[in-house]
Amino acid sequence: MIVVVDYHKGNLLSVERGLVAAGAAVRVSDDPAVIASADAIVLPGVGAFADAAHTMEQLGQREIIRARIEQGVPFLGICLGMHLMFEEGSEGAPQEDDEVSSNNARGLAVLPGVVDLMPCTDAAGQFFKIPHVGWNRVYGPNQQGTFESPLFAGIEPGEYFYFTHSYAAPTGPFVIGQTQHAQFFPSAVQYGPCAFGVQFHPEKSSDAGACLLKNFVNLAQAS
Amino acid sequence: MLAKRVIPCMDVKDGRVVKGVNFVNLRDAGDPIELASRYDEQKADEVIFLDITATSDDRATTIDLASRASAQLHLPYCVGGGFRSVEDIRTMIAAGADKVSINSAAVAHPELITQAARAFGTQAILCAIDAKAVAGNPNKWEVYVAGGRKATGIDAVEWAKEAQARGAGEILLTSMDRDGSRDGFDCALTRAVARAVTIPVIASGGVGKLEHFAEGILEGEADAVLAASVFHFGELTIRQVKEHMRSCGIEVRL
Repeated sequence: MIVVVDYHKGNLLSVERGLVAAGAAVRVSDDPAVIASADAIVLPGVGAFADAAHTMEQLGQREIIRARIEQGVPFLGICLGMHLMFEEGSEGAPQEDDEVSSNNARGLAVLPGVVDLMPCTDAAGQFFKIPHVGWNRVYGPNQQGTFESPLFAGIEPGEYFYFTHSYAAPTGPFVIGQTQHAQFFPSAVQYGPCAFGVQFHPEKSSDAGACLLKNFVNLAQAS
Repeated sequence: MLAKRVIPCMDVKDGRVVKGVNFVNLRDAGDPIELASRYDEQKADEVIFLDITATSDDRATTIDLASRASAQLHLPYCVGGGFRSVEDIRTMIAAGADKVSINSAAVAHPELITQAARAFGTQAILCAIDAKAVAGNPNKWEVYVAGGRKATGIDAVEWAKEAQARGAGEILLTSMDRDGSRDGFDCALTRAVARAVTIPVIASGGVGKLEHFAEGILEGEADAVLAASVFHFGELTIRQVKEHMRSCGIEVRL
C-alpha cells in the first residue's frame, strides 16, 4: 500500500487518484504509525517550505519519513515534497537577521543543500517571470538530455510536464531530470535506488505524468 | 522553455456551461466536465470554470463540479466566481481545484489575496481583473466589478501591481471592450499590465479568429491566452490554435 502523506495543507485528491489510476492501492494519512507501515510513501506538495516542515515536525512525520527513505522504502516527493527532501529551505522563512545565522527551515535532509528562490534572469540579463507556471520540457541530466532513471522509463527526453513553483532545488549528482527557465534547474532528483523527487506535478501532466506515476507504482510494487 | 498556454474558459451557471456550446460529438453539450475532458484530450494547457451565478445557494453545485473535475481531468484547472472569504477558497481547494480566481471580492477586500496566498500559496491564487478603456485616454483602463456592471475608479495597471504585491500568482486580465467582440485581444491593455508585473498574465476577451492568439502573446506580451466561444462552437480546435502559434515562432505544447 502506498501512503500519501497528509500534512494538512490542501488537496491531495489528484495525487491519490493519479496513483490509483496507475494501479496502486492508496491510503491518505497523517498518522506516523500508518506512514511507518507503508510499502511506499508519496509526499505531495502544497504550501510553503517552512510551514510544511513545521507541520510535519508537529505531526511527528519528519523522522519516520526520513527513516523509511533511509531503509529503502520507495518514495516520491512532488513539488514541495521534492523540496522537503533537502536539508533546508528559505521559502516562508523569517528574514535573516545577520550574515551568519540562518533562519531557513529544516527539511528531511536526505539530499544536501538549500532550496532557494529561482533566478529570474538568464546569463544575458533577460528577465523571466516567477512563479514558473505552465508546461515546460524535462531532459535527462547528461549532454544528450536522455533519461537514465527508471522513473522516466518510456518517456521521451524533452517531454512536457506541468510546473507551478517559485523555489527550486540545488543541483548535484542526484539530479535525474533538468528543465530550463531563466537558467537550468533540477526538475527531478533521486536518492538511492528508489527515492525520487519531481518538481512538476505528474498528476496534472496528462499522459506523460500518468506514465511517470505508473513507473513509480511499478517500482514500488517490485520492491 | 516554458510553453505559452492556451486556456479554454467555461462560464458555468447552475452546473451547466452557458454561452453557447456547439461542440461536435458531445453527448451533453452543457456538461462542463465532459467539455473540459475534450479540451484535456486536445492538449489544452489548463481550463477555467467561471461560476457566473455564484450565489450562496449554488455553491454546492460548483463544489461538486470541482470535485468531479479532479476525478476526471489530467490537467490543472481553476475555478472562479463568488469567493468572499478564505473559507470559501479552502472549500474549493479541498474539493480539488488547483487554483481559484478572485475578482470583485479582492477589490472590496484586497487583504483576501494576502490571506489566501498565505494559506494556499501564491500559485493557487489568480487575481481576475475586468478592465475597460477610459474614454479620451488611450493608455488608461479602469477596473470594473460585479460582472462588469460596476465601475470602481481604480486604475487596472496599478491594481495588477497591488495584487502581485499582495501575493497573487497570476493575473487573469479581461478587456471588457473586447469581450464578445471577436476583434482580438486589447493588446495595449495586456502589454501595459504584463510589463507592470513580474507574474504571468493571461489575456482574455475578444478572440474571433486564429491569428488573435499569437497577437496576444507577441503584441500583448501575455504568458497565456484564453478563449471561450471559438472553442465551444467548434470553430477552432486547441491543436489548430497551437499549430498556428508555433508557426509564428511561439513555444507551445503540441
